This record gives sequence, structure tokens and C-alpha cells, in this order.
Amino acid sequence: MSNAIAKAATGARPVRIVYFAWVRERVGLPEETLDIPTDLATVADLVRWLKARGEGYEAAFSDEAIVRAALDHVHAKPQARLGDAREIAFFPPMTGG
Amino acid sequence: MISPLVRIQRGDFSLQDEIDALPAGRADIGAVVSFIGLCRDEAGTLAALELEHYPGMAEAEIARVAAEAVERWPLMGLVAIHRYGLVRPGDQIVLVLAASAHRRAAFEAADFMMDYLKTRAPFWKREHRADGTLGGWVEAKADDDDAAKRWDLAP
Repeated sequence: MSNAIAKAATGARPVRIVYFAWVRERVGLPEETLDIPTDLATVADLVRWLKARGEGYEAAFSDEAIVRAALDHVHAKPQARLGDAREIAFFPPMTGG
Repeated sequence: MISPLVRIQRGDFSLQDEIDALPAGRADIGAVVSFIGLCRDEAGTLAALELEHYPGMAEAEIARVAAEAVERWPLMGLVAIHRYGLVRPGDQIVLVLAASAHRRAAFEAADFMMDYLKTRAPFWKREHRADGTLGGWVEAKADDDDAAKRWDLAP
């Protein structure tokens, strides 16, 4: 209970962020758990916040229109609201099949 | 309505085994269309393709489109198998099987499944070259997006 209050007071919540292919290579990590500000409303907001974290992120998201995202295993557009997604993924356009 | 079979696996698959498993005792299937995607080497420079995937989402996303295919066509069987890991030129990568009473539904459903798999299933290919160096990530093709748009399913 006191933890929940502290979290709300600091305005951050933990999310698992996963990266694939060249996005993973540029960020330098396959995944991480970050406390993201609760005032980040959309996928695009989160991307801008991540880009401020360092050069690797800046390189990964240098062309924001290219990188795709998924919220809890479902494709999401840049303007999609983060809601209470627990796992957020970023990756290049897909080349399976 | 039938339940599609979706598998994401490292190992190879057998077309015949999957076809044999498909009808499951029913005699009203009149058409089975199969598509197999292979690892292709155009210039003799490719040693292997490395297929990275997003575990969990790969299964979920292919299952979502398979469910849509089952809604759109009167299918009696639907199978989608996609491999990950290292595959060499000539190796099988992906299998789609669609079974129906008549050929048209089976052809269209298999076509739809592949157009979708190309543009929405979370897989990424990287080249390993014959000279031992690591090649680049394969770039997505605009005509794959155009193909998917035919079904109003582009990402």
C-alpha cells in the first residue's frame, strides 16, 4: 500500500522494454525494465523519452517513422496510448516468411 | 469452426506429415493448398540466414491472422509453421497449409496467410555470408506491404 502511494507520488511505473534485430544492437540491450514517467501518454512520447537516455537510443530511433512498436504483443502505432501495458517492444519492419 | 494450428520452432518440418495430420479423419476436404518458403541464395554469397523472432508475440500474431482466415474462408484445416534460428540455402523456413471443400478458398486463404506473415509476424532475417563475415539485416520490401494491403491488413 505504502509502495503504491510512493509510486504514484513519484509519477513513475516499471515497464519491461524489449528490443529486436538492429534496434536491439543499437540500444545495446535485448531488454530492460525501466521506471517510466506516468505522464508519457503515447508510444511516440516513450520514444522521445528513450532517445534522451543516450547515444544508443538516439541511433536506434533516429528515424522514428521506421521503428515499429508492440504493446503486450500487439502491434501499436506511434499515436497509440501506452495505457497500462507491461511489455513494450521496439523493432524494425518485419522480414519473416 | 476449425482451430488453426500455429507452430514456431527451431527444427525442420515435413510437408507430408502435416498434410497427413490435416484431414483428421474427415472425407469432405476437396482441396489442400500448401506454400513452403525456402532460404534462397541468389549469388552464391550466402552461407545462412539467421531468423530472430519475438517469442510469445510471434505465436500470438500468427494465431490472430489465422483466426481471421478461418472467419473469411470456409476452411477445414489451417496450419502455419515458421522456423527461427539458423537456416541454410535450400532449407525450409515457413509452411502454410489451407484445406477446404473447394480450391478457391484454399488458394486464397494460403495467399492471405503468407502476405500477412511477411509484414506482421515479428521475425527478422540477417545474412551470414559465405566468406565468413556477418552480413546485414534483410530490409523489408515495399511490395510486401502492397501485397498485404490487398487484404486490408497492412501494419
